[in-house]
Amino acid sequence: MADVVVFCESDDKGIRSASLPALTGGAALAKQLGGGVCAVVIGSGTGAAAADAARYAARVLAYDDARLAAPLAETWAPQLADAVKRAGAGALLGTATSTGKDILPRAAALLGAGMASDITAVVAANRFRRPAYAGNAIEEVEISGPVLVASVRQTAFPPATPGAAGAIEAVAVAAVDALGAELVGLHETKSTRPDLGEAKVVVSGGRGMRAGENFKILEELTDLLGGALGASRAACDAGMVPNDLQVGQTGKVVAPQLYIAVAISGAIQHLAGMKGSKVIVAINKDPEAPIFQVADYGLVDTWEKAVPALIAGIKKLKASG
Amino acid sequence: MKILVTCKRVPNPEHKLKLAGGQIDLSTASWQLNPFDEYAVETALRLTEKGKGGERSGEVVAVAIGPKEVAQQLRGVLAMGADRAILIGGDDAALDATAVARVLAALVAREKPDLVVLGKQTVDGDSNQVGQILAGLLGWPQATFLASIHLAADGKSATVTREVDAGVEEKRVRLPAVVTVDLRIIGKKAVRNEALASAEAEWEETQRYASLKGIMAAKKKEIKDVALAELGVDATASMKVKSYEAPPVRKAGARVASVDELVAKLHDEAKVI
Repeated sequence: MADVVVFCESDDKGIRSASLPALTGGAALAKQLGGGVCAVVIGSGTGAAAADAARYAARVLAYDDARLAAPLAETWAPQLADAVKRAGAGALLGTATSTGKDILPRAAALLGAGMASDITAVVAANRFRRPAYAGNAIEEVEISGPVLVASVRQTAFPPATPGAAGAIEAVAVAAVDALGAELVGLHETKSTRPDLGEAKVVVSGGRGMRAGENFKILEELTDLLGGALGASRAACDAGMVPNDLQVGQTGKVVAPQLYIAVAISGAIQHLAGMKGSKVIVAINKDPEAPIFQVADYGLVDTWEKAVPALIAGIKKLKASG
Repeated sequence: MKILVTCKRVPNPEHKLKLAGGQIDLSTASWQLNPFDEYAVETALRLTEKGKGGERSGEVVAVAIGPKEVAQQLRGVLAMGADRAILIGGDDAALDATAVARVLAALVAREKPDLVVLGKQTVDGDSNQVGQILAGLLGWPQATFLASIHLAADGKSATVTREVDAGVEEKRVRLPAVVTVDLRIIGKKAVRNEALASAEAEWEETQRYASLKGIMAAKKKEIKDVALAELGVDATASMKVKSYEAPPVRKAGARVASVDELVAKLHDEAKVI
């Protein structure tokens, strides 16, 4: 019997929604291990986060310390390792966000544990499924050793639902050594749109959009559908849009109800990031574009003609109720 | 400034994977340098270039783990401009990120670089772990997914920008450190050693290709073979791949003839708008 420690990212209001799938994965693994879920929150002023985490886990360890205000791998990974030891846990899980990807492997190093990245299913107590080769192969992996670490793919597990009334333990944080690392600042991308990882609708543009200003019309379509804006690597590389919009193997993985790919040819590495979407629409002027091979609905047309017409059509549909 | 840069071979990501009987058949694979490692090499080279008199300063050491055939990829890295290379013999397919990081940590203890530069992930395993584990094992600071790196004029720290989910993070790390690079690192002014290059220095917005001169020079450069056993580390993988299978195939759907038909289908059939 061993517990599963789940790293919950948080802000001053509570835990981030990106961490809810990790709690679901953690519960599935805890069942295999015959233990429970122990949530961990780290930071400075984690009161609200700990209270929120207690709605999802029987036990919450709160590492609340002014020296932990910045999310540095150098200072946070030792807290995760401490939590695993304190809980006598058999596993450490988190979501494969940029923070999770940065910190979890370092925690694995401190624990001497093996790690599986981006798991999409828990098969057994030490067996997982995960995509490799840009999603062109699904691996079943086995991790040996007394402790294992895994990051869960956010779109592969449903968000955990509240219902627990966990006990919160404030941990007295031991020496904190940033090893000469410091956070200088965070230049946040301000957006009123939902996060790419959680949006129900994603509209993405590709190289065929030709220029950043042409994304305005995609933004209009995105906002009409209450979705998030994405882009192919080619569009990001060409500097049309910021790289944090990139959907694909090396960018974000999305799985919305509706994915609309506009002027995207459909390179393997882009498909790796979106083929889990429920419904895929492709709009491309090239009838041979590979994107059509994964699209539920394909329209051969230029974006200049199709997107304004689509906006008008959806507006008309909404007006007719 | 001594920089260690890691180089892994990967099967050409544009080629179709051969999957049969739960295994991947790589016997006919066409191997190439992992694209992110190519960017790591470019980063390391830029950190030694464009001195105020046009000079180069510092040493770039490329390291790979794998069978002897990997010398081909290392030769390519030497042709790009790396100074020397180390090939650690081993079965690259049998190692996981933890084992690779342990091997690299042992090599770091020997070579004592000021900076280790890695690609943020390999495009075969897609794990994105080695740099972070290595930094953890060494007790060094880490900076992952770099969009830019500037080495301070005193050579004691690096200021970097990292692309994170919320935007762009700026971080400073003391050297020695481990860094992993993302796609933006090849921007014109993304990489600079302030002890060497002036603020005006800029590079072409692409990784370099080996010149004929570089290829000729590479023939005289050293690729040192090191046996895994010589490093005295346990290279047993903690994570083993038991089987592979093809992902579920998504069937191509229907073509629609017009936007009106698309809107109608999305509303009536798919019920997503």
